[in-house]
Amino acid sequence: MSISPSDKTIAFIIKPFLFITCLVPLAWLVWGAMNDALGANPVETMTRETGEWVLRLLLITLTITPARKILHWPWLMKFRRMFGLFVFFYAVIHFMTYVWFDQFFDLNEIIKDIVKRPFITVGFAAFVMLIPLAVTSNKSMIRKLKQNWVKLHKLVYVIAVLGVLHFVWLVKADYLQPFIYGVILLVLLSYRAYQQRKNTTPA
Amino acid sequence: MTIIINKASDIKASEITPRSVYIHRRQFMRQAFASSLILATDAMLPVWAKRWPDLQQSTYKTDDTITSLKDITSYNNFYELGTGKKDPANNASIFNPKPWSIAVEGECNKSGIFNLEDFIKPFALQEYIYRLRCVEGWSMVIPWVGFSLANMLKKFEPNSNARYVEFTTLLDKSRLPGQARRVLNWPYVEGLRIDEAMNPLPIMAVGLYGDVLPNQNGAPIRLVVPWKYGFKSIKSIVKIRFTETQPKTTWNELAPDEYGFYSNVNPDVDHPRWSQRTERRIGEPFWKPKRQTEIFNGYAEQVAHLYTGMDLVKNF
Repeated sequence: MSISPSDKTIAFIIKPFLFITCLVPLAWLVWGAMNDALGANPVETMTRETGEWVLRLLLITLTITPARKILHWPWLMKFRRMFGLFVFFYAVIHFMTYVWFDQFFDLNEIIKDIVKRPFITVGFAAFVMLIPLAVTSNKSMIRKLKQNWVKLHKLVYVIAVLGVLHFVWLVKADYLQPFIYGVILLVLLSYRAYQQRKNTTPA
Repeated sequence: MTIIINKASDIKASEITPRSVYIHRRQFMRQAFASSLILATDAMLPVWAKRWPDLQQSTYKTDDTITSLKDITSYNNFYELGTGKKDPANNASIFNPKPWSIAVEGECNKSGIFNLEDFIKPFALQEYIYRLRCVEGWSMVIPWVGFSLANMLKKFEPNSNARYVEFTTLLDKSRLPGQARRVLNWPYVEGLRIDEAMNPLPIMAVGLYGDVLPNQNGAPIRLVVPWKYGFKSIKSIVKIRFTETQPKTTWNELAPDEYGFYSNVNPDVDHPRWSQRTERRIGEPFWKPKRQTEIFNGYAEQVAHLYTGMDLVKNF
C-alpha cells in the first residue's frame, strides 16, 4: 500500500501530532504527581513508567527502518530522529528520578550502585551511550561526521540490548514483560541481520 | 402457517453461556447472590461498624504514623493474585477465603485439621501495630488484629524434634488465579526456627484496622514477623507443620543468593541488586529523603538474642 503524504502534511500535521503524543506519558506523570494519583509508591511508578517508555520509544525508533522498507513508505524516515530524541528525553527523566528521588543526590551511593549492581551498571552504560547519539543528531553533525556518523549510531543496537537486560535483571520473578520487549527487539535485530546477509551475498 | 425455526447461526455469540460458567452454574448463582448481599450490607453499614471496633492494644507498639488503609490495601506483593503491585487489590474479589481450614502436622502431639473459627476461638484478639519492611526497600506501619504465634503453636504441643515450623499457602488456581502461571514454585512456603516462632513478637493476623483481613492482604489468616523482610510473613495459610529439618522456603529456593532463610532486616547486608541501607515509608511525600533502615527493623531489643554468636552476613 503506497501512502505518500505531502511534505506539508508531514511537517504541519503528522509530526506535531506525534510530538504531542510522545509528551502524553510525561503529562500524565506530572498530573499524577501533583494529584497524588501515582499509587502508594509514586517514585516507583515514575521510575517504572519512564523506564518502560524509554524501551517502547527505542523499539519504535528501531521499527522505522524496517517499516519504511517493507511498506515502501520512505517518508517514515522523517520521524526517526524525533523518536530517537524522545528516547533520550525519557532516559534523562528516568535517570534523574533515580538520582533525585531514590538517592537524593548521594553521589557515594550512586557510584556504589553503578559499580556493584549489574542491572544499574548496564542501565547506566546504556544511558551514557545515548548522550553522544543525542548530541550528534542534528544535521550539521551528520554532515561533519559523514561515514563515522553511521558507525557511531550503530551504538543504538548495543543500547537496546543493554536496556532490555536492565529490565530483565531488575525483575524478581515474573519475566513476562521484559520477555516481550526482548522478543520484539530480537525480531527487529534479526531483520537487520537478514538484510545485511542479503546485501553481502552476491546474487 | 409459518413455522419459525431458529438456525444455529441465529444465536448470537453473546447469548451463549461460556462452558465454564455453565458447568459451575450453581456456584455462579451462589456467588452472585453472596456478592450482591455483601455489596448491600457494605453499603448499609456505617463506617464505625468494624468487626472488632475496640481491641486491646498489645504491649508492642510504635509511635510511627500508621499507614493509610488505602495504601495498605492497594500496594501488595501477593503473587497468587498477580505480580503487579495493584493486581492483588484488583483481583481480590476472585479469591473467596470461605470456607477455610488449617492442617497442623508433623512433630507435635495434637495434630489435626481445624476449621478457621475453631482454630481462632481459644485466643483473645489484640491489636498489634508493627512496622513492615519489604525486601524491595519500602515500609509501612500496619495495625494488625491477631494473636501470639507462640501461644497458638503451644496448643499443639510440639515435641523435642520440632526444630522448625513450616507454613504453606493455599494451592488452588481457581481461587488464586496467579497460580495459573508458574512464576513461583507454588504453593508458597515459609518457615521459622522454633525459637524464632516462640518469640512473643510474631503473630497470626486475622484482620487489620479493626476489621477482617482484606483478601489482598492474605485473608483469612496470615503470619506477621515484624523483624524479617515482608516475604517471610506468609499469607492465606492452610498448613502448619513442625519439622526437624529447615523448611524449603519459596524465595530462598528460587534465588538462594538473594533471599536467605533468615531474611532478618539488616541495613548492613545488601540485597545483591539493591542496597538495604534505607527505606521509603509508604505515604510520606516522595520528595522527602528516605529513612535509615534499622537492624531487625527496630526490634533488636526483642529479638537480637536469638542470633547471638551467629554470623548475620553469612546467615542472611
